[in-house]
Amino acid sequence: MPPEPLLQVRNLRCGYGRIEAVKGVDLEVAAGEIVALVGGNGAGKTTLLRAISGVLPVGSGTIRFAGEPIERRRPDERVALGIVQVPEGRQLFGPLSVLDNLRLGAFRRGRARTRVNLERVFALFPQLAERQDTPAGTLSGGQQQMCAIGRALMAEPALLLLDEPSMGLAPFLVEQILETVVRLRAEGVTVLLVEQNAVAALSLADRGYVLETGRIAYAGTGRDLLGDPVVQEAYLGV
Amino acid sequence: MAEFVQLLFAGLTTGAVYALVALGFTLIFQASEVVNFAQGEFVMLGGMVTVFAYNAGVPLPLAALLAVVVAAATGTLLHSLAIAPAKGATVVTLIIVTIGASILIRGLAQIIFDKQFHALPAFSGDEPLRVFGAAILPQSLWVLGGSGTIVLGLWLFMERTLLGKAVRATAANRLAAELVGIDTRLVLTLAFAVSAAIGAVGGILVTPITLTSYAVGTLLALKGFAAAMLGGIGNPVGAVVGGLVLGLLEAFAAGWISSTYKDGVAFLVILLVLFALPQGLLGRAAVGRV
Ligand SMILES: Nc1ncnc2c1ncn2[C@@H]1O[C@H](COP(=O)(O)OP(=O)(O)OP(=O)(O)O)[C@@H](O)[C@H]1O
Ligand SMILES: [Mg+2]
Repeated sequence: MPPEPLLQVRNLRCGYGRIEAVKGVDLEVAAGEIVALVGGNGAGKTTLLRAISGVLPVGSGTIRFAGEPIERRRPDERVALGIVQVPEGRQLFGPLSVLDNLRLGAFRRGRARTRVNLERVFALFPQLAERQDTPAGTLSGGQQQMCAIGRALMAEPALLLLDEPSMGLAPFLVEQILETVVRLRAEGVTVLLVEQNAVAALSLADRGYVLETGRIAYAGTGRDLLGDPVVQEAYLGV
Repeated sequence: MAEFVQLLFAGLTTGAVYALVALGFTLIFQASEVVNFAQGEFVMLGGMVTVFAYNAGVPLPLAALLAVVVAAATGTLLHSLAIAPAKGATVVTLIIVTIGASILIRGLAQIIFDKQFHALPAFSGDEPLRVFGAAILPQSLWVLGGSGTIVLGLWLFMERTLLGKAVRATAANRLAAELVGIDTRLVLTLAFAVSAAIGAVGGILVTPITLTSYAVGTLLALKGFAAAMLGGIGNPVGAVVGGLVLGLLEAFAAGWISSTYKDGVAFLVILLVLFALPQGLLGRAAVGRV
């Protein structure tokens, strides 16, 4: 790993009121990596991503992005820095058109960049171009996920936080979405990927972390974790 | 015929003001799900600040501009000092906060201004226009034209500008709005400021006809709320339609039945909507989350 990771989380604690959902997590993502974050229901994966994107305040600990502490920054400032989250459950702007959803994704990027990024997203997901004038809420599940990812790409992420992008999708769509993740990395986007589908996520990731009730239980390369008998039994259903 | 046209114009004129109040309600409700019962105070501020600035020698257009700025600043303060800190509070709590704010604003207005009724000169004279035998005040046309312009301007802002879409996005899904880099707190402050400015313009336009005092806000808030409910709360087109319909109902109730019942119409409308038409005429806004 390079000396200065793109994202460095140190001893992070956060939660909801008195419920502490993340209990002292250390995690790093180097530039250009795909890192998978797996774990059971309620392990704290979403909570961790929300703390990194800033929509959930940090209890204690530090988050550094490109060397800079960001844990006190507002979410919109973190987007401007290049940290962009695709939230669990898509969270599109339902009544607004697909095109407006995408344009809003580039809210911090200006007109010229919006046009360039829009072409890029339409090239990646041609279906979105066809349905650009329909309200996002009426798209099919797969198209909604494309719209959610597309909207995030409009912001030109340096670090893309993906929360269960394959949830509720048919197998061929899951494959398409995961292929997209690999393709994005090839284009220079660093990815932190949360997945229920642990085998698929670890197979395409460089490294992975297993989260267990708010703590990192295992960490290693994707291949090591896939081969670890304990991890296999607890998380991979092998 | 003459009487009908007379009542029609009277109804549309007050209705336009109710529509502006209802639009203010709608804008804030859409963006934050707060029902802002201080909305009527912005109308009061519009009229009162203009009156006092004008009487102090400020030219009318500048006095009106000052009033809009004062109202918008008050709206901004209302959000930053009272609504934003109560993040996570229930809807009922927030309603009580806005009622408290409206009492405070009214009390301050009573101290800073006075308890008298005040008039403004009509913008283009008092010579009535004859339309089908009815006498129409030129100021009525100012109210209708001004309100129409505001409605159109707001529509263009919400539909055609990225900032307007950011307001709609915040209304549709606050979390997602934050994740695309919208400063949602700023958007909500903006919604309060714009709502206040819209209310103030209504107050300025209508003061030459109806007079104003520190206390006019309460009844206007109620009627604007009735109009918003009638149109389907959270629905901007509904707010305008609801306002006009309420104004017309009032005018015709006053003209054909008795003016004693004029203010009762709004309460009747609220009750009817609550019991018979909970979605309003045009349906509640689809504040749908995906
Ligand atoms: N809004 C909330 N309020 C209170 N507790 C919450 C909230 N959201 C999550 N939690 C709790 O925090 C813990 C971690 O939840 P989180 O959503 O981060 O898990 P997760 O790993 O993303 O699970 P899943 O795989 O089901 O998405 C759980 O115990 C959950 O019940
Ligand atoms: Mg989750």
